[in-house]
Amino acid sequence: MNLSGVTEMSDSNFDPKKVKKDFPLLERKVNGNPIVYLDSAATSQKPIEVIDRMSDYYKEINSNVHRGAYHIAELATAEMEEARHKVHRFINSPSEKEIIFTKNATEAINLVAYTWARSELSTGDVILLSSLEHHSNIVPWQQLASEIGIEIRWIPLTKDGCLNLENLDELLKGVKLLCVTAVSNALGTINPVKELVKAAHSVGAICLVDACQSVPHFDTDVSDLGADFIAFSGHKMCAPTGIGILWGRLELLEKMPPFLGGGEMILNVTTEGFTTNELPWKFEAGTPPIGEIIGLGVAISYLEKFSMKSIREHEQHLTSFALEVLNDRFANDLVIHGPDDPLQRSGVISFSYRDVHPHDLSQVLDQYGVCVRAGHHCCKPLMKLLGLAATTRASLYIYNDESDIEVLADAINEAGKIFN
Amino acid sequence: MTGLEDLYKEVILDHYRSPRNQGELPTPPAVMEEGFNPLCGDEVKVYVHLENDLIKEIRIGGQGCSISQASASMMTESVIGKSLDEAKELIERFKEMMSIHASSLDSSETDPSKTIPSMGDLEALKGVVKYPVRIKCATLGWNTFDQIIESAKS
Repeated sequence: MNLSGVTEMSDSNFDPKKVKKDFPLLERKVNGNPIVYLDSAATSQKPIEVIDRMSDYYKEINSNVHRGAYHIAELATAEMEEARHKVHRFINSPSEKEIIFTKNATEAINLVAYTWARSELSTGDVILLSSLEHHSNIVPWQQLASEIGIEIRWIPLTKDGCLNLENLDELLKGVKLLCVTAVSNALGTINPVKELVKAAHSVGAICLVDACQSVPHFDTDVSDLGADFIAFSGHKMCAPTGIGILWGRLELLEKMPPFLGGGEMILNVTTEGFTTNELPWKFEAGTPPIGEIIGLGVAISYLEKFSMKSIREHEQHLTSFALEVLNDRFANDLVIHGPDDPLQRSGVISFSYRDVHPHDLSQVLDQYGVCVRAGHHCCKPLMKLLGLAATTRASLYIYNDESDIEVLADAINEAGKIFN
Repeated sequence: MTGLEDLYKEVILDHYRSPRNQGELPTPPAVMEEGFNPLCGDEVKVYVHLENDLIKEIRIGGQGCSISQASASMMTESVIGKSLDEAKELIERFKEMMSIHASSLDSSETDPSKTIPSMGDLEALKGVVKYPVRIKCATLGWNTFDQIIESAKS
């Protein structure tokens, strides 16, 4: 199944102004100005139906799942498992059992590091990382490296912030695990993940894809992608915080030892030991974030009202518009990092404006109601490669429109007047 | 622009545009300490040349936002030539100023028990407390300098 085919709205009538009305937070003012939210790469806003459904869950069916043999517990369990089914359809996974709920994407990556990697990798093995990784796809591997002595290798960058795959064959020699982000959270670069997965598999390596910046914006089909694990978070795709997703290939998940121990993840416990539950619950110790999972299910239904294809088209159009406006208005005063071609980038626009420090720039933008991120975007190794300490990042989503970009540009102009 | 006057006062912008005592000092005889702000990636290097108990020279290296740069620059001017104890006292007073709750900023002048002695130009940084996320920027250089004083004393 390809969800890009599930459309209620045709591509042509995708209207961000209407979409914006679904998000109550976007009605508020900041410092007397209407909010212009341009930090969706950090977290997206939530539509009213997600907020309402979570509130209704607590009002109507709050109970623990998979335990109570009473009406409301059955309702809660059914709704939570329905959300799992929706995730399974949304990313086109072969089996629903492959959808593991975690706290966030970071925990999903750590789950793989603590279970698959610690049982399958040994001293001297090589992990290949891309230079565009978020700290959450670096540090778990560095922890592992210092524990069992594995080598970490890096795919270098081109000048415009893409992965340099010229020597990929060389880099892949002896590699047991390739970890790569589908889309850079810092630069917006779209990586050729399918090609990378294929290359990794050709040397017998396993491939983990950080899909945090791709699943909310692009059609995702894990069967087509061919990866072994993907990790992503709910809160960047209209769902609440506190819920992440690990998808893994069934045969890998079945072989992996459990991660956290406790309730839910067991079939039986005796004084001598325990046997693990079946998938996916084997990896879901303790009471899950039920309300958040239900919220995630509603968020997926919300996104499915549009097609992921039309969401991508909208963001691509808006990104091109933003690049054009910023280049026109500020010319050489403003440097946009990452690929020049809008087709090669997501709705993440990372830039430097003259020598105004991003922290100062974002402070002035806030005065005009504009929310952007300033800093290293949890990508310090990447920033070092680019020779930057920090950038200002504006990131777009379904509810942004051209007027948001105009306000951003006006506010940048005002900042220029203070730091002249 | 409205609303940011408390943060970007002219004296702060002046120190940001023309930072005082910027650069490095040879170590030894000077000592150097590095400070990081994990939030924004700012890095500051404080070089201090002590002669007996006196701060003979001080330099600031690294890079950062206007608030961290200006605050460190203003710090160098206010501690140069002072003794370690005097510098320590100033650091304490500065940190105290940075810990005032924003809501009491305007009322502190009418309540004598809360009035802290004037700190000259450094008072310009008082407005930072209205922007909690920037307090770390303002104190980065000071905390780094404090580490040097603490190790010099021990």
